[in-house]
Amino acid sequence: MNLTVPSETGPQPPPGPAASTASNDSPPRPPFAQDWGRIARMGAVGAVGQIFISLSNMPVKLDGRAIIEGILSLGYLSLVVLPFAVGSRVGYQVRREGVPFHRPGTYEVVGGAACGAVVGGGLSLLAILIANFDLREPLVNWSPILADLLAFNRGTAFAVVIWLAVGAVIGALGGLLRVVPPLAKRILWTVVLTLFGAAVLESLTTDLAEGMGLEGPVEWFYAPRGGLTVTGAIALAIGSAVLAVVGRGRVKGAKAHIDSLEGPARTRAHLGLILATGAVLVILPMFAGKLTNELLANVGLFVLLALGLNVVVGLAGILDLGYVAFFAVGSYSAAVLTAAASPRINPELPWFVALIGVVILTGLVGLFIGAPVIRMRGDYLAIVTLGFGEIIRLLFLSDWLSGWFGGSQGITNIPGAEIFGLAEVSGTDPRSVFYLVLAFCAIAIYVSWRLERSRIGRAWMAVREDETVAEAMGINTVNVKLLAFVVGAVLGSFSGAIFSAKVGSVFPASFLILVSIVILVVVIFGGMGSIVGVIAGSAVLIGVLGGPKQPGLLAEFSEFKLLIYGALLVWMMLARPEGLIPSVRRTRELHQEEMAQDAWLRGQTDEDETADDNNGAAAGRTAVGES
Amino acid sequence: MRARLLRPRTRVDWFLTVIRVAVLIVLAVGFAAFIAQEINPDNPFAQWANPDATGLTGAQFRGLVVSGIAQGSMYGLIALGYSMVYGVLGFINFAHGEVFMVGAMTGMITSNKLADAGLWESNFIGSLVFIVVVSIIVSSLTAVIMERVAYRPLRGSPRLIPLITSIGVSFFLQNASVVLLGPASKSYPDVPDWLKAKHTFLQIEGAKILVVVVAALSMAALWYYVDRTKTGKAMRAVAEDAEIAALMGIDVNRTIVKVFAVGGAMAGMAGILWGILFRSVIHTTGFLPGIKAFSAAVVGGIGHLGGAMAGGLSIGVAESVGPLLILEPLGVSGVSQLRDAVAFSMLIIVLLVKPAGLFGERLPAEDRT
Repeated sequence: MNLTVPSETGPQPPPGPAASTASNDSPPRPPFAQDWGRIARMGAVGAVGQIFISLSNMPVKLDGRAIIEGILSLGYLSLVVLPFAVGSRVGYQVRREGVPFHRPGTYEVVGGAACGAVVGGGLSLLAILIANFDLREPLVNWSPILADLLAFNRGTAFAVVIWLAVGAVIGALGGLLRVVPPLAKRILWTVVLTLFGAAVLESLTTDLAEGMGLEGPVEWFYAPRGGLTVTGAIALAIGSAVLAVVGRGRVKGAKAHIDSLEGPARTRAHLGLILATGAVLVILPMFAGKLTNELLANVGLFVLLALGLNVVVGLAGILDLGYVAFFAVGSYSAAVLTAAASPRINPELPWFVALIGVVILTGLVGLFIGAPVIRMRGDYLAIVTLGFGEIIRLLFLSDWLSGWFGGSQGITNIPGAEIFGLAEVSGTDPRSVFYLVLAFCAIAIYVSWRLERSRIGRAWMAVREDETVAEAMGINTVNVKLLAFVVGAVLGSFSGAIFSAKVGSVFPASFLILVSIVILVVVIFGGMGSIVGVIAGSAVLIGVLGGPKQPGLLAEFSEFKLLIYGALLVWMMLARPEGLIPSVRRTRELHQEEMAQDAWLRGQTDEDETADDNNGAAAGRTAVGES
Repeated sequence: MRARLLRPRTRVDWFLTVIRVAVLIVLAVGFAAFIAQEINPDNPFAQWANPDATGLTGAQFRGLVVSGIAQGSMYGLIALGYSMVYGVLGFINFAHGEVFMVGAMTGMITSNKLADAGLWESNFIGSLVFIVVVSIIVSSLTAVIMERVAYRPLRGSPRLIPLITSIGVSFFLQNASVVLLGPASKSYPDVPDWLKAKHTFLQIEGAKILVVVVAALSMAALWYYVDRTKTGKAMRAVAEDAEIAALMGIDVNRTIVKVFAVGGAMAGMAGILWGILFRSVIHTTGFLPGIKAFSAAVVGGIGHLGGAMAGGLSIGVAESVGPLLILEPLGVSGVSQLRDAVAFSMLIIVLLVKPAGLFGERLPAEDRT
């Protein structure tokens, strides 16, 4: 998308460095005749953002996590993110303007460098301010530690110079990104992503490799105190670059091949893929240690929750902000039914028998919450469900019901889940928890996959897209929406029941509204209505950054993950509302207007050939302007 | 609505009717038990409802109502922001509670700096005016930047998209406060004695009088601004129909920015009042008041400015009096823990019984159909 060059000056030359002065009439601009106003504006925004990142203590906290030993840490990476982004953005805008160049690319690079230097200047300014003023009182991270980090322990003057220079260089790199040929760009991205991914996945890879008895290569790749070794990084970079060149187009080709298959062949291909993934997921934990399994189990719990919310939000289009209520009801009812220590009722049922009760109870709660809210408008519904989520937590917390649920003491000593006398699943053995979660995820995936393609699923989607029309088509919208609510509630309750068996205790504090929001971020990040997207979203967000209380692979991020989730939610809505791996229908719905316009314009051009040219064009402009 | 109430058609309608009746019965029995207890805690009905009942003394009741009104007027001030934005853009700005938090935080920082300089004690009124001005500027700016960055690009998209975005903004602002200012709760400097002393024959704390008076003044100023000035007229025109307003030569973007700025200013004002009254602020300060203020806006009829204030007062009084008036007589223990639950229940009940709110809602053109 970044290489298309919309312009008003007739047909454009093919993008890339070949886009030269030849086809354009206006004289080429020298590289230093920049749009300085824009550079100052964007640079200032970047500088403010970079200062915010610095004062949020991210650089200091993340400095402990090395990416490449002795060369780059995550902390310093967080300081150069914005210069790069801004430089690249400038390059993109220049590209879009289709400026004629003296020498290909110099304009973008100079613009990016200037903009990056402004952002770097923000850090220089911060270094000066920290040296001369004390604002420790409100800003907790206004500290000499940050100053030393910015100055590489060499004094303020050094910091000022170095950040201007680093900003300029990084910004120039960002601008350069827009002019390099596609193949080079591809190699660059692959290398960067591989290195970053290898550094992020460090604990996972080491753990797995140790399980398989491959300590040797791991020690060669990873430094003892974290981060890739220099030799390892170089080897990885070369390897991934080669792969990028060799594997170019292969993945896409394979996908197109599977998509082009029809009938039984296609089913077989899909089945093969699913079985392969399943086999990997079953075999992998056997080699992994406790921490990795714990992580996998947490991810699985959130996959389960996200799949449930996906039915409600993604398929039926009901924005339920109190989804945590069902998680809470599931956990508490499982706890009450299985634990001996629960205050009032303690039937001490086996976990699987209790699960039936859990499902029935949560379904009833879903009906009870759903019935009053289901007829409300979407935005009122969101706030009211949020209110219900909070009410449920407050009830579990209250002294009034503490005779039943233990109040703020919660319910403790919940036994693990016993599976038909075959195995005992409890928090001390995260591997078994993961297998249990995996089984339920499989059920949830199957259920939502079948539902999506059933009559009910189509009814949900119809309701999501236009309730009035759906009603006119004979769909009982109230029942259908209520059903979505209940299905979502039941899927959430599975997660709750596993959670209580895994943790062994439930407290009201585990069910804050925060949890609902995190699940919502996961669903939206992955792609509303897309099962694969939701799973990928949970794996990436919960696995790497961590859940509301659970640590992820980047444990250093624990202070910042909620901040990042918030920013991510906004950014996704602005840039890619359909999510990481979108569902086809949802994308169509979200971009309905653009598509309608395109279709309209196509129709218009056809009509123009017969109708009065001027009138048609004028009407076209108004219609486009209006929408 | 009425017809549906009397002649339920579907099972969901039956269920809702049952809920409505049950709610009314609980309210009625609770209230009757309360009255019975007030007459004589030992009479059989009161004994049946709650054997441990003691009833309220007049002073307790007055105290509850007064603190309810003081909190409610703050909810009302915040609710104005929700109501105005909803009136103009037709979506719930979930992050508005966080603008209130930003106002309270700004007030905390400035007042502590003033206290360090000694001005807070020596010239309290002057410092108060100063922190109010600073806080109003900062929270208006927050609201305006929010609009520019997060909401303007989404104008015209499906209604839930800006709502989800505003949840993200709210999350971001809360956690930005955590990473910048630290997660601990922070306190305002000590206020002068006349704010702590009890005044007049009603024995009301000075701070509460100040809160109510300032809220009333801000409300009056806002009413004047929206109802009597040219900008206010433009705002009402945009709320009525943005497209036609644009055709009449009104700069819609500018007007929307002004709406956000004014709403932010009111939230900043409420933030200072909150700080003066409770003298402590934390990053989650904005969440519950924000939701309750939204409830207030709905209760009063969203888009309706007077309704927002009335809704704020009723939510404030309901959450302060309700637990003791309805729940305590029914034998619910630890009722003060349930005040938030009461506020939310009130929102749900109003939406169930009278979705348009007490004063009827004013909606943008596209929502009326």
